[in-house]
Amino acid sequence: MTQLALVIDLNVCVGCHACVTSCKEWNTSGVAGSLSDENPYGKDPSGTFFNRVQTFEVGEFPNTQTVHFPKSCLHCEDPPCVPVCPTGASYKRQTDGLVLIDYDKCIGCNYCSWACPYGVRELDENQKVMKKCTLCVDRINDTSLADEQRKPACVLACPTNARLYGDIHDPESIVSKAIRENGGYQLMPEWETKPANHYLPRRSASAIDNELSRKVEQQRPNTLKPTGAPSKP
Amino acid sequence: MNPAFSVIFLTTLIGAGQGLFLALFAVESGWLGTAPATGAALYVRGDFVALALLIAGLIASFFHLGHPERAWRAVAMWRTSWLSREVIVLPLFMAVVALHGVCHFSGGTSGVVVTGLAGAILCLALFYITAMNYVCIKFLQEWATPLTIVNYTLLGCASGFTLATALAASLEPALVPTLARWALNLTLAAAAARIASLIRNARLRPKSTMQSAIGIQNPRIVQKAQGFMGSSFNTREFFHGKSRQLVQSVKWGFLLLVFVIPAWLLSGSNVENKAAFAFLIQYIGLIAERWYFFAQARHPQNLYYQAAS
Ligand code: SF4
Ligand code: SF4
Repeated sequence: MTQLALVIDLNVCVGCHACVTSCKEWNTSGVAGSLSDENPYGKDPSGTFFNRVQTFEVGEFPNTQTVHFPKSCLHCEDPPCVPVCPTGASYKRQTDGLVLIDYDKCIGCNYCSWACPYGVRELDENQKVMKKCTLCVDRINDTSLADEQRKPACVLACPTNARLYGDIHDPESIVSKAIRENGGYQLMPEWETKPANHYLPRRSASAIDNELSRKVEQQRPNTLKPTGAPSKP
Repeated sequence: MNPAFSVIFLTTLIGAGQGLFLALFAVESGWLGTAPATGAALYVRGDFVALALLIAGLIASFFHLGHPERAWRAVAMWRTSWLSREVIVLPLFMAVVALHGVCHFSGGTSGVVVTGLAGAILCLALFYITAMNYVCIKFLQEWATPLTIVNYTLLGCASGFTLATALAASLEPALVPTLARWALNLTLAAAAARIASLIRNARLRPKSTMQSAIGIQNPRIVQKAQGFMGSSFNTREFFHGKSRQLVQSVKWGFLLLVFVIPAWLLSGSNVENKAAFAFLIQYIGLIAERWYFFAQARHPQNLYYQAAS
């Protein structure tokens, strides 16, 4: 069975939000559209998005790193959001492993959003149906597009190539290789949802471990860092 | 979670309706050890009130839906979805309660037995199914415990029996002492179970952490931006935004209103004059109890929505 997925390289993401805007642009005008915004230029703007880029600070100052962290539906292999849906609007497509929502069946009960631990489902406040990433189902299945265009909009938009797309069940695919060679991991493995999307760890992430960085500093003192108050004569 | 009043009213109203029906069934089948009711009035009126509560709960639930006109679609996935099962069993139970009332009204003895038994089974099933909607979401650790089933059942029964006592006060005064004793015992049992779940939940350790949420093993991870500066569905649906003090006072408030005051009223003398008031107090308390039930549940998605900018 095919399981389409994204692999996101946290070494490369610069937090530019290009994937967010191109996702919004494509999907608000595609079959999933519109993705409504409330009050976009007002005091408390709010809107429906499939994809968000978040930013975290990791480590203790001054040994901190900024991690930009894109997050969208992970197309779990064992999606807890699907069996709870009373109408069958949420389903997992057997042919390619996508988790999709049939907007004509959805009653907007929000129950599936409670059942997703990752907070990636968003109720469209205008259409009152649940929405989330489809991996641009209307691009990747569109045979009128050239092959290299048949990818999710975010993947095509990413200027640093932080987003890889492919079938994680095909061991030779670019995503399977990336996961294998770089220690790709899943979010919140404790809930056994088996997310299809994977993240590639920061290669330098271990260097910001306090213990290690102290050792590094002992061997190679940071000359830029003030070492203390100037000693009195 | 941000408590939704539609769901609070749904679960508390149908809980009281279910409990009331069980009380009627217990009286008519002699399980309370009393002489049977002298006439049909208690049953007919009781079924009517139970049905009214169930209908009110059902109406409240429609306010939860973005597309109430499609609600019928929710019967489709009964094989996997507890919500779908609830959508099937609730109207079924309502129909049986209505039939039960009609049988009593028209004096059909065998009809009473059949609808009484069917109603009791559906009623218990409905308690279980309603609670399973919450129990089955395993990462809402505050809910994912058999205590949730016990609490939904006992709280519904306690309020229903208190209401039955109030109804009997004018229609079947001879039944009042027994019904009041049962209402009191159920209220005390519900108190024990609810306090047990409060203690359990106070000691819970969230399985998900910032580390597992983004997959980085560093003891200090602080969110600097959640990806937007205003609000979103994720910040509205899963955060109640109320202060700790308010949440704590709701807890003490419901302990007082659901358990202490009704127990005091039901155990004193002159119960027939106080039972209606006891039910009112207990029901208001149950609204607070259900609010707290939702507010207390910490959704792991909240880890991703800690800071705007
Ligand atoms: S990430 Fe959430 S919405 Fe997507 S498949 Fe997994 S549980 Fe469902
Ligand atoms: S909001 Fe829609 S997709 Fe989600 S559980 Fe309800 S009916 Fe299903």
